[in-house]
Amino acid sequence: MSEKPITGEKRAFMTGNEVVAWAALAAGADIMYGYPITPQNEIMHYWTRQIPKYGRKFLQTEDELSAGFTTVGGVLAGLKAFTATAGPGNTLMQEPLSMAEMMRLPVVTVVQQRGGPSTATVIYSQQEVTLTTLGGNGEGMRVVYSPSNHQELFDYTIKSFNTAWKYRFPTFVLGDGYQAKMRESVTLYDPEEKGITFVTPERYVGKPGTPGVDRDPGHYRNTYNTEEELFEVLQQHFADFEKMAPEVIEYSQESVEDADVIIIGHGVVFRGVRDAVKELREEGLKVGYFRPITLRPFPAEQLKALATQGRKLLIAESAQGQLARLVKDAIYGATAEIVPMFRPGVGITTEQIVAKVKEVL
Amino acid sequence: MSVSPQPAMPKSWRVESKPHKFCPGCGHGLVLKCLGEAIDELGIQDRVVFGCDIGCSLLSWDFFNCDSVQTHHGRTTPVMTGIKRANPDLICIAYMGDGGGYAIGIGGIVNAAARNEKVTVLLANNTVYAMTGGQMSPCTMPGQKVETAPYGRDPEATGMPTQGPEMISAITGDGAYVARGTTANMRQLKGYIKKALQTQMEGKGFSFVEALAACPTNWRTNAEKTWAFVEKEMPQYYKVGEKKNPFEEKKEAQQNG
Repeated sequence: MSEKPITGEKRAFMTGNEVVAWAALAAGADIMYGYPITPQNEIMHYWTRQIPKYGRKFLQTEDELSAGFTTVGGVLAGLKAFTATAGPGNTLMQEPLSMAEMMRLPVVTVVQQRGGPSTATVIYSQQEVTLTTLGGNGEGMRVVYSPSNHQELFDYTIKSFNTAWKYRFPTFVLGDGYQAKMRESVTLYDPEEKGITFVTPERYVGKPGTPGVDRDPGHYRNTYNTEEELFEVLQQHFADFEKMAPEVIEYSQESVEDADVIIIGHGVVFRGVRDAVKELREEGLKVGYFRPITLRPFPAEQLKALATQGRKLLIAESAQGQLARLVKDAIYGATAEIVPMFRPGVGITTEQIVAKVKEVL
Repeated sequence: MSVSPQPAMPKSWRVESKPHKFCPGCGHGLVLKCLGEAIDELGIQDRVVFGCDIGCSLLSWDFFNCDSVQTHHGRTTPVMTGIKRANPDLICIAYMGDGGGYAIGIGGIVNAAARNEKVTVLLANNTVYAMTGGQMSPCTMPGQKVETAPYGRDPEATGMPTQGPEMISAITGDGAYVARGTTANMRQLKGYIKKALQTQMEGKGFSFVEALAACPTNWRTNAEKTWAFVEKEMPQYYKVGEKKNPFEEKKEAQQNG
């Protein structure tokens, strides 16, 4: 049938949306269902240009409800299916994703955050953290990766398919409009050549044999008759999620041992955080960083261990405290002081972070 | 000689989930009997994926010995579309009521129809939102008294009832099959459902069957009045028959040729 999209290592200079499309190809994604919304459109553009060569599929639906629900259908049929969205589209997408959560369907969704609430801007924000980690009428049983550069966008998009199919929780790559639209160097590779083993997808419907004759039918529901019945089902989900958490939680930290101020940032903002720490350390100031890579499940224990008396946690985010809420929940009971640096819908530069640290130090 | 007190169930029905969970007198059991017999006669039990909506149709999630998926209210058509696109060998059937299909789910149906998706939509029209207690639905008849129109549906305020098959036949492309049957004529209804499934099996296009069905619980009618409503009153506005038939088109073409 089809050749491999990437062999060996390929150095490239491309937009984040193009990186996501290549990552999905490299990860062996079979089908994308999507609906246009800025700033994720080019994921569909690059995907549809490449797929005839590699025997993959695409369907453009009438809205994000259908994009999400057709993706659910693709997963039920046993394909590695994914979708991509942003902003108001992410809002609509929460309905199908809550079905995926209830029925343990490994749907992969790439979100390129834009300004909110409402239509807001088509450009950039980190305002979809709460929606993506805890959206839907449930308990947020999902995995959310927050990459900070194009290499990570590639790596974590590939990883998201394996995480989703291994644990059967909906999995998100939470990017943003800046990462989506800017060009950057990236090394594309074939995951299998790197020793990454793909988790084999499985059919929920359409298995071989006649149901009721050769095998039991697959009967999948999301409605339960009694409170107790639902309660039991959810306990299993919580237990599975808790068991999974230590295996999927990712974070990075640096210069934290003696730090008076620990800066916390995720996604594209982390770039400024990392550079600010470097500059401030060169000036002899005791500053470190903690960066959650998975926003859900959140590296709570790891962060709480750092949130000790007398320390300041400076939270830098392009939202009005959405990351801060996750942080506060994680470190509840700790005595470190929280210093907010909230800039909803706008970027945060190294200079701004350096200035803020000097102000509070 | 022993005589079974029950008529035979379709082979594709799941015995373990019977008796079914619908109210006495409900039309769903009849529609699903026609569907079961159609599946049996076409020999496609091993290929069918049955998707049910939310509303009373959700009770059919374990009705068949077929792979089945209960979806969300109004979202069964896109889920079945997603499955069909992923695995075209499967026969995907989206089952819903008139609320799920013509109100909250109409966007999905209209667009699947316009794309001529190779799926089958089977819609039971009982003129009410039954699971939630009998509110006005897109198919409530003019003057019909329901919970959210207690003095009768006023078309001036709420419009005329939705005529689904008429609309869908207008927007589907060549090869689509569209019909309205009724539980008052089971043989005909089964024939329509069979043709709809054949349309999908042959990859001709979108297929859609509405079935007029009773809801005595919410209509608050006795047997006689229930049957009169289904058999006499509903068809006055909801004309029973085939609206679009690719098999007929073929016959006509042959005759003309």
